Amino acid sequence: MQEIYWPSVFFLLFSGISCAFAVGVLLSQNIVRMAFYLVLSLAATSGLFFLAGADFVGAMQLMIYVGGTLVLLIFGVMLTSQERFIEMHTWAGDWVKAFLAGGALLFILVSAAFSVPAWQSMDRAEAEAVVASKTVTPLGMGLLGVRVDKPEEPDAARRDGMAGYLFQFEIVSVHLLVVLIGAAYLARAKRKRDLPAVQSDGSQ
Amino acid sequence: MQNLILANLLTEPIGVAHYVVVSAFMFTCGVLCMATKRNVLGVLMGVELVLNAASINLIAFGSPFLRNDANSLGLDGQLMTLFVIVLAAAEAAVALAIALNFYNNHDSIDVDRADELLG
Repeated sequence: MQEIYWPSVFFLLFSGISCAFAVGVLLSQNIVRMAFYLVLSLAATSGLFFLAGADFVGAMQLMIYVGGTLVLLIFGVMLTSQERFIEMHTWAGDWVKAFLAGGALLFILVSAAFSVPAWQSMDRAEAEAVVASKTVTPLGMGLLGVRVDKPEEPDAARRDGMAGYLFQFEIVSVHLLVVLIGAAYLARAKRKRDLPAVQSDGSQ
Repeated sequence: MQNLILANLLTEPIGVAHYVVVSAFMFTCGVLCMATKRNVLGVLMGVELVLNAASINLIAFGSPFLRNDANSLGLDGQLMTLFVIVLAAAEAAVALAIALNFYNNHDSIDVDRADELLG
C-alpha cells in the first residue's frame, strides 16, 4: 500500500465541493439558495487554482469573483426577489430535454479528456520533484508587457509567441470603463411612469 | 476496479485530465442552468459557471504541477484567467443592469416574458 498523496486528496475535496454545489445551483429552484450555492462552488474552485500552483489567480478568484461579482448578483437577487419570483419552477419537459442534451455533452467532453495521452498524470516521483515558483512577479511583468518567465526559450517561433499582455490589458481596462458607465446608465433610478398621476392626485 | 480507481486517485498525482473533467462537469451544469432557469438571474448564474469552467481549463493547461513538458501553456494560462475573471465581472454588471431595467419596466424577472421582439 502506497502512502497517500495529499494534493490528490485535496483535489478530490475541492473538486467534490465545487461540482456538488454546481449541481445544487442547477437543481435548486430557489433563487436565494442558488446564489449561496454559487458562492460556495466558486470559492472551492479557487482552492483548485491554489492546488494547480496559481496562487495569485486563486486569490483574485476569491477577491473579484466571490467578493465582487457574486455580491453584485446577490444584490440583483435582493432587488428583484418578490414573493412570486423567489421560486420559479422549470417545466418538466424542459428538464428531460436538458438532461438528455447535457448528458450527451458531458459524455463527449469526459471521453475526450481521457483520450489525450499528454493530459494523463505524471509519475509520483516526477510530480514531487516539481518546484513551486511564485507567480505574482511574472504575472505583473506580463501585464506590463515584459515576460520574465522562461526568457531563454530555444524555439524562436515559441519565443515570439511569449508576448506580453500590455495591449490586452489596455483593451480590458477601456472595456471595463465603458461597461461600468453603460451599466450605471442602464440601472439608474428612473422616475416611475405613474408619477405624474400621483402628483396630480396630491395637488387636488 | 472501482476500488482501484479510488486508490489511484488517493496515491497518484492528478493530471490535466482530472481538471478537464471537473471543468466539463461545471460547464455542463452551467449550460443546463442557462437552458432551464426561468429567472434572469438564474441564467446569469449559469453563465458564471460556464466562465468558471473555462478558467479551470486555462489554469490546468498552464500548471507546472499537472503537466511539466514543453507544450504546457505556462504563465499564459494564468494571464488569460485573470482576463476571464475581469470580463466576467464586467458582464455581470451589464447583465444585472439589464435585468433590473427589465424588472422595472415589466414588473417581472421571468425570461419567458421578454418576448416583445418576438425572437
